[in-house]
Amino acid sequence: MKKGISYAKWGYIFLIPFFVVYFIFSLVPMLETFGYSFLDYVVSQGSVSSIRGGGGGADTIINHGFCGFKNYSDVLKSDGLFTLSFKNTTILWLVGFIPQIVVSLLLASWFTDIRLKLKAQGFFKTVMYLPNVIMASALSLLFYSLFIKNGAMDTMLGHPDMLNKVGGARMVVGLINFLMWYGNTTIMLMAAMMGIDTSLYEASQIDGANPTQVFWQITIPLIKPILAYVLVTSMIGGLQMYDVPYLIGGTTGNPAGVLKTLVSQIQLGKNSSIGAVSALSILIFIVSAILGFITLKVMDDKSVKSMYDVKKKKQPKKINMATSRK
Amino acid sequence: MAQLKRILAGAMALCMAGAVFTACGDKKDDDSSSKSGSNKTIKDVEPAKAEDLVNTGKKYNIYVWNTEFKERFEKYYWDQRDEALWDGVEVNWVTNPNDDNNYQTKLDEAIKGQNDAADDDKIDMFLVEADYAMKYVNSDAPLDVIKEVGLTQDDMANQYKYTQDVMTDDAGALKGVSWQATPGLFMYNAEYAKQVLGTDDPAEVQAAVADWDKFAETAQKMKDAGIFMVSGFDDTYRCFSNNASGPWVTDGKITIDPQIEEWAKQTKDYTDKGFNNKTSLWDENWVAGQKIDGKVFGYFYSTWGIPFCLLPNTLDDPEGAQEEGNGGYGKWRACQGPQSYFWGGTWICGAYGSDNIAITRDIMLKMTCDTATMKAITENEQDYTNNKAAIKELIDGGYSNPFLGGQDHLSLLSEAADKIDLTGKVSAYDQGCNEEFQGAMKDYFLGNATYDEALATFKTNITTKYGDLTMD
Amino acid sequence: MARIEGIAGESDSQTSLKVRRVVAYVVLIFLVLISLLPFYLLLINATRGKTQSGLKVIPEGLFARNLRNVFSDNFKTNYGSFLRAFANSVIVSFFATTLSVYFSALTAYAIHVYDFKLKKPIHTFILIVMMVPTQASAIGLYRMLKGLGLTDSFIPLILPGIAAPAVYFFMIQYMASSLPLEIVEAARMDGCGEYRTFNTIVLPILKPALAVQAIFCFVANWNNLFLPQMLLDKQEMKTIPVLLQMIKANIASNPMTADTGLMNMFMVLAILPVVIVYLLLSKNIVGGVSLGAVKG
Repeated sequence: MKKGISYAKWGYIFLIPFFVVYFIFSLVPMLETFGYSFLDYVVSQGSVSSIRGGGGGADTIINHGFCGFKNYSDVLKSDGLFTLSFKNTTILWLVGFIPQIVVSLLLASWFTDIRLKLKAQGFFKTVMYLPNVIMASALSLLFYSLFIKNGAMDTMLGHPDMLNKVGGARMVVGLINFLMWYGNTTIMLMAAMMGIDTSLYEASQIDGANPTQVFWQITIPLIKPILAYVLVTSMIGGLQMYDVPYLIGGTTGNPAGVLKTLVSQIQLGKNSSIGAVSALSILIFIVSAILGFITLKVMDDKSVKSMYDVKKKKQPKKINMATSRK
Repeated sequence: MAQLKRILAGAMALCMAGAVFTACGDKKDDDSSSKSGSNKTIKDVEPAKAEDLVNTGKKYNIYVWNTEFKERFEKYYWDQRDEALWDGVEVNWVTNPNDDNNYQTKLDEAIKGQNDAADDDKIDMFLVEADYAMKYVNSDAPLDVIKEVGLTQDDMANQYKYTQDVMTDDAGALKGVSWQATPGLFMYNAEYAKQVLGTDDPAEVQAAVADWDKFAETAQKMKDAGIFMVSGFDDTYRCFSNNASGPWVTDGKITIDPQIEEWAKQTKDYTDKGFNNKTSLWDENWVAGQKIDGKVFGYFYSTWGIPFCLLPNTLDDPEGAQEEGNGGYGKWRACQGPQSYFWGGTWICGAYGSDNIAITRDIMLKMTCDTATMKAITENEQDYTNNKAAIKELIDGGYSNPFLGGQDHLSLLSEAADKIDLTGKVSAYDQGCNEEFQGAMKDYFLGNATYDEALATFKTNITTKYGDLTMD
Repeated sequence: MARIEGIAGESDSQTSLKVRRVVAYVVLIFLVLISLLPFYLLLINATRGKTQSGLKVIPEGLFARNLRNVFSDNFKTNYGSFLRAFANSVIVSFFATTLSVYFSALTAYAIHVYDFKLKKPIHTFILIVMMVPTQASAIGLYRMLKGLGLTDSFIPLILPGIAAPAVYFFMIQYMASSLPLEIVEAARMDGCGEYRTFNTIVLPILKPALAVQAIFCFVANWNNLFLPQMLLDKQEMKTIPVLLQMIKANIASNPMTADTGLMNMFMVLAILPVVIVYLLLSKNIVGGVSLGAVKG
């Protein structure tokens, strides 16, 4: 039976709402931002539009027109907006993500270990997920008051005054991100591990593999797609990181500006340095697209294919289905 | 080498600044008259007639960033409003928090759309702060208080001149008025004064902090007693910034005034010596130092500091009665401090395009000119009102402030208020410059960056926030 | 890393198993404690007074006062009505969530079920734009919406939900594992129209995935500050996070009125509905987070 082909138009029809909305609310603004990024365009914050004599005056805009890649070279300079904040964002993300993935792998392996027989799993999982539903700003405010000098944690740790130290401030931001996301990651990895065929483990036992070898050689390769999924979603969140570092470090991203993230720089300049900040936005877009592309590649070694294709090949039942489609 | 040059340049600038000071205001006039004007005089214009003022709107929109004015308005204006004017008119507060220039951004957008907005959405009144008042004064958005709103010079005769100078544009038009004046004092913990200096008498304590050298000497004594002289980095900031020789920004260029550099130098010194508790304004430890056993000797506060900060912060039971025995109530005193300064201040502006200008006049008259009302505000709220007659009446009536242990701090404030001169010191960008400079220098004080690195951070931040500015 | 073992721990002796179990429980209990800590502190702080310095672990007696204050007239004049903001947040979150979930399913369905030339490129395109932070186009967006007169409107907060790449990603993975094409074919044989098939046959199958994404979207929209703060000026339009921002700003600039107890109570009330919904659905969510990712 031939299917799909005669129904192809429905595919396009069902995609219309997505693309219309995407076009209006994302693509057009993005193109506009792209346009601004090539303009020497600044809005003066020291004056207000003239409103007498009719109409909304535009005298606060200082537009020197097309300036080529000047904005880009400015933000890409060694002390430019992009260079600094990209480095900061990456570090802040890693500080939260590395412990998150380690702890989540550990917890997931515990939860799925039949011999360990952990009780009250539902309770643990529910509670671990809970921090994710609090507003990031509320969570940040709380942690700020815990870690500020003479705060509860600061006192308990012997007054390290972490929020005023480069490493300390990064750790606090990392901790908040960790707390918000480790439950989610654990549950995800756990489900992946539960999907692994137990006969594989038994076979490896017979071959005399120790638990560490089993973990690295069987578990990890088999949960790779989900690891990649976790990585992508976490990276998206990481690139957009704003509330947490902003509430801890303020506009200057103290200490030493290490809490300035890509988005906080957009926020800083969005009312005035339109050209420069637009260039910054476009660079974020490019970096995001590259990261997205690489991740998709990692998910499927052969080529950039959709993740769901990978899935389908994994289970015999699905292979039947997939072939029936072709 | 570069460092040496900078220091030399700084020293030279300092000498020059000194010369300017001794040469009095004349020199300054020449420098800055073109940009921000000085010794401004309000031009004599015919005040608008009250009966000619428009009052057709049904909604009176007021743009604010917090609830301060709203509270004053409700408590001191509403009951004595001109009810005929308010007949069928509803007041609508548009509140946008101030952080990150959010208030200004929203206000600017609204001003831009003022002509196209529906009548009931037009701004009728908006508030501005000292740090960015210039921006609005030099625009045509605020109404001329005399020519268009109809207040007369006589109505405003009791206001402090500086509060009018700030709001007078280059053409001599007055663009806004204030109900408060904001001279600053040094408020100190009387118990620590007795413990360390052996006296809590304001005159004697003043002698111990009369200039920065004496201030540092006292700070050392305090330190030896385990007490911080000031709470944090930003506490002394206004003493320096208000005595700067020029504005932050002239013709689109940012200049770091020698006084500002001096602040950074001194604060670094204080931090290294342990004279402060390494706090930043408003943070929890800064607030905690205001408890009577908070280990901080004193705070530089403007008039609003008592009602809005010190009083609520020093009480043990904030819900309890405000009387002696509740925390630090009655245990603080005030003296002039090493340098006269002012801090903050809020002005009311009528908006061009408003359809309820008659109401604007009514509010301005009652809130900023009426001696009885303003006397009541100072008496009940500890706020120093912008009315010399009201203050004089209070002082002459033997004013004593129970919060300051019965001290008459109004006399001190009134002396300080007379000294305030803002001409040629303000620019439209001050809020951002002050915030970003303090923020960047924090790293220098904490040892996370050198002065030059902190300065570079300031430069990046400020030129991003204000893309139209440059800095060498 | 040596301690991480899969299901196969056969070589372990009974004692080492016991040790591992103890270690596991200790770690889990520790994590539970730090996960619950923020909620606990928030509740405690909601029982405390105007100014709060230092940490308290035992509740004080001002819970009722703070609760009353959130609903007082004074609160209303200062910040706007709590109930109104609550209703606004519910409206925005509800509609945005509904649109996100429904249209993402539809988009995923289009890619999953139909074969057409641009299928692969479109799929890849959506996955790549998924990575782009919304803030990257904020400058253009604000100017455009201002031009269209769409500030002070819920439309820009709700409508963009239709194009939600991350939800799409989840949906298409779920379909790959749980939506056999045979079902669609069977429906066609019965003469069921394509759109009707999606609504009446496919959507019910997707229910578990829809539920999971619904709560995620709801939480994300409920907590969203960025766009509402940028777009909403009218008091009666403001949402819960925008009000919270106003209360916070007052603490810094107007300590006389500022009330930390009130702010914490407000946060409790703002978080509570989400927590309740979460706890009610937690079985589905904990089970469902991984639906799309794993079933394959």
